[in-house]
Amino acid sequence: MKSTAANFEDNAEKALADDKLKAALSKLSEGFPAKRREAADRLPEFESLRDQARDIKSHVLANLDFYLEQFEARVVESGGTVHWCRTAAEARTTILRICRNAGAKTVTKSKSMIGEEIAINEHLEHHGVEPVETDLGEYIIQLRHEPPSHIIAPAIHLSKEQVADTFRKSHPHLAPERALEEPRALLEEARSELRQKFLAADVGLTGANMLIAETGSIALVTNEGNADLTYSLPKTHIAIASLEKIVPTLEDATTILRVLARSATGQDMSVYNTFCTGPKRAQDLDGPEDFHIVLLDNGRSKMLGGEFHDMLRCIRCGACLNHCPVYKSIGGHAYGWVYSGPMGAVLIPNLIGLDEAGHLPNASTLCGKCEDVCPMRIPLPRMLRSWRTQQFEAGKTAPLSRSLLRAWAFVTARPWLYRIMVAPAVSALAALGRKGGRFRRLPLAGGWTKHRDLPAPEGGTFVSRWNRGERPGEKKP
Amino acid sequence: MSETPARQPSIGLFATCLVDLTRPSVGFAAAKLLEDAGCKVSVPGQQSCCGQPAYNSGDAADARAIAQTVIRVFEGFDYVVAPSGSCAGMIRHHYPALFENDAKWLARARALADKTHELTSFLVDVMKVDGLEADYDGVVTYHDSCSGLREMGVRDQPRALLGQVSGVALKEGEEREACCGFGGLFCVKYPDISGRMVDAKVDDILATGADTLLAGDLGCLMNIAGRLQRRGSDVRVRHVAEVLANMTDGPSLGEPGDESKK
Ligand code: SF4
Repeated sequence: MKSTAANFEDNAEKALADDKLKAALSKLSEGFPAKRREAADRLPEFESLRDQARDIKSHVLANLDFYLEQFEARVVESGGTVHWCRTAAEARTTILRICRNAGAKTVTKSKSMIGEEIAINEHLEHHGVEPVETDLGEYIIQLRHEPPSHIIAPAIHLSKEQVADTFRKSHPHLAPERALEEPRALLEEARSELRQKFLAADVGLTGANMLIAETGSIALVTNEGNADLTYSLPKTHIAIASLEKIVPTLEDATTILRVLARSATGQDMSVYNTFCTGPKRAQDLDGPEDFHIVLLDNGRSKMLGGEFHDMLRCIRCGACLNHCPVYKSIGGHAYGWVYSGPMGAVLIPNLIGLDEAGHLPNASTLCGKCEDVCPMRIPLPRMLRSWRTQQFEAGKTAPLSRSLLRAWAFVTARPWLYRIMVAPAVSALAALGRKGGRFRRLPLAGGWTKHRDLPAPEGGTFVSRWNRGERPGEKKP
Repeated sequence: MSETPARQPSIGLFATCLVDLTRPSVGFAAAKLLEDAGCKVSVPGQQSCCGQPAYNSGDAADARAIAQTVIRVFEGFDYVVAPSGSCAGMIRHHYPALFENDAKWLARARALADKTHELTSFLVDVMKVDGLEADYDGVVTYHDSCSGLREMGVRDQPRALLGQVSGVALKEGEEREACCGFGGLFCVKYPDISGRMVDAKVDDILATGADTLLAGDLGCLMNIAGRLQRRGSDVRVRHVAEVLANMTDGPSLGEPGDESKK
């Protein structure tokens, strides 16, 4: 996907002006956080499960080469193939090659953020292979030619009326007067459209929520069951996953599943949790004959051991988006690339560069809510700040903010100077504002006064007034 | 109060630059609360800002220089107390992080961090304040500022203290723990996003029907007061210390003052 992260400010402005988006986002923020809270409260050991989940991933990251090799060996033993791909381009080429070898005309696809990251749909289409998204949300945005706006709820930015509209336009063979008001009707229509596609597909392309080293299995988690049809009906199954999706054992995988669903949607468990191991065996009734895993690096190995190492623990649950006041204000598209919210603001600059995505780590109040809810206890605010430090040290902070900041720092590191310089300015402002109590407009403060008044200073500085012996009393009875 | 540390503890009051420059009342209120709790309060003249704007903007070198000044000035006190969760959080958590690679300063930063507290939590958790003598006639709602809540564990303490003020009725907002959109320089760098966030906060406050908004951080308060007033609301906005110290005669934030005052 082509990034528009550099236009973050314009993207955000557009998003803020979009009333339909505002309504959709307010539904999201009423729904997911409350459900997560309830799910967490139902499970007394939720907090200690988070610790366990974090420790599993930390251990994996410290021994990544070992577990990846173990995983590959098990996949090969069970009759599958692992393709190591360093870049998005390598992964695209590999997937297209497998599709061609399978003589594929259509590929069904279950939701995969890595699929978005490497823009596999465009690549397949370009080479004459038709990709069909089978997750309801992904299906909708594929029809609309839009990127996902949320890592687990890709069409969260749309209302059901917008979806109905899209279906009417995209399914011209159906009766125009059919009723599409109820979500149920939309679901039924998507389902019947997709049924044929499932049966006709030559290749099934899935992501993988986890890769399990001890068995060579992949874990697929959905609420719609579409991943199960995607991988089991066609002759060839390709799973794409990035390196850090690995966990040592099935036991570890279940620990992570327990925090994943609760953090994501507030479910105790997602509806379909499938472990696929290798191609169909002689005694199996169904399943693919060919099983491929495309293992993607695409910048992950560079993150190992560095400031963003812990980000590799992320299990893409979406909790940090659901709880982020910035995400809830502007939605996912404003971030301008595949990922969004706090995890996106940390990850995107790692994947497409800080020059392109420099706004993202700055567009946060560092309120800390994301870290608070992240099941993997990833210190997201600390990492956002790390990006800012890199920008500052590389001289890429906006020149005006940079000089103002440095001036403020220079003065405040020398309190005597601060007293001489700042106090008179404040007194002047206080004198100016005393009558009205506040300013509606003020030179150089346009950023502040665009949406809010500025309370006027009271007058004098506390430190000097105190040290002059002033002691205002209590209020008069 | 039930029980205080044996000796009268010496407090370095870190007023914070916002209080120092824009709302001295909060400093006086904090000092009074600490003195009433049995502390010996000093306000070192060599203080300014905790360095958070620099730190959060990625200017670690300047943040370190400011931190060194604060450490030098305040390390001699038994405790450092700030009427702000955000500035106290900066000293408590981020000063040590700034000196990770400098053993000598790290030790000094840690020593200061360990004795630095946000005002209301210090009064409750350390000084065990109980039985404040204050009254405030109003329905108040409380905004939990992000750093206070998530870095300093301030949630119950200000409410416990407000419970001791006669006449106060507390009506909590659903989204009391949501960020108000201030975020230091964030609010001027991304004014429209910040504007949407503070609007949500204001909606939540208005939904409580309270006539007064209180919080423990002046940054949030200025932001919220500014938006309330832009929207024509007459909800009064004060730092919680003003109510606790019974010092609510002066104008609330953004309210016109009387000419005779300094
Ligand atoms: S960063 Fe944490 S909360 Fe956000 S998606 Fe990843 S695991 Fe979930």
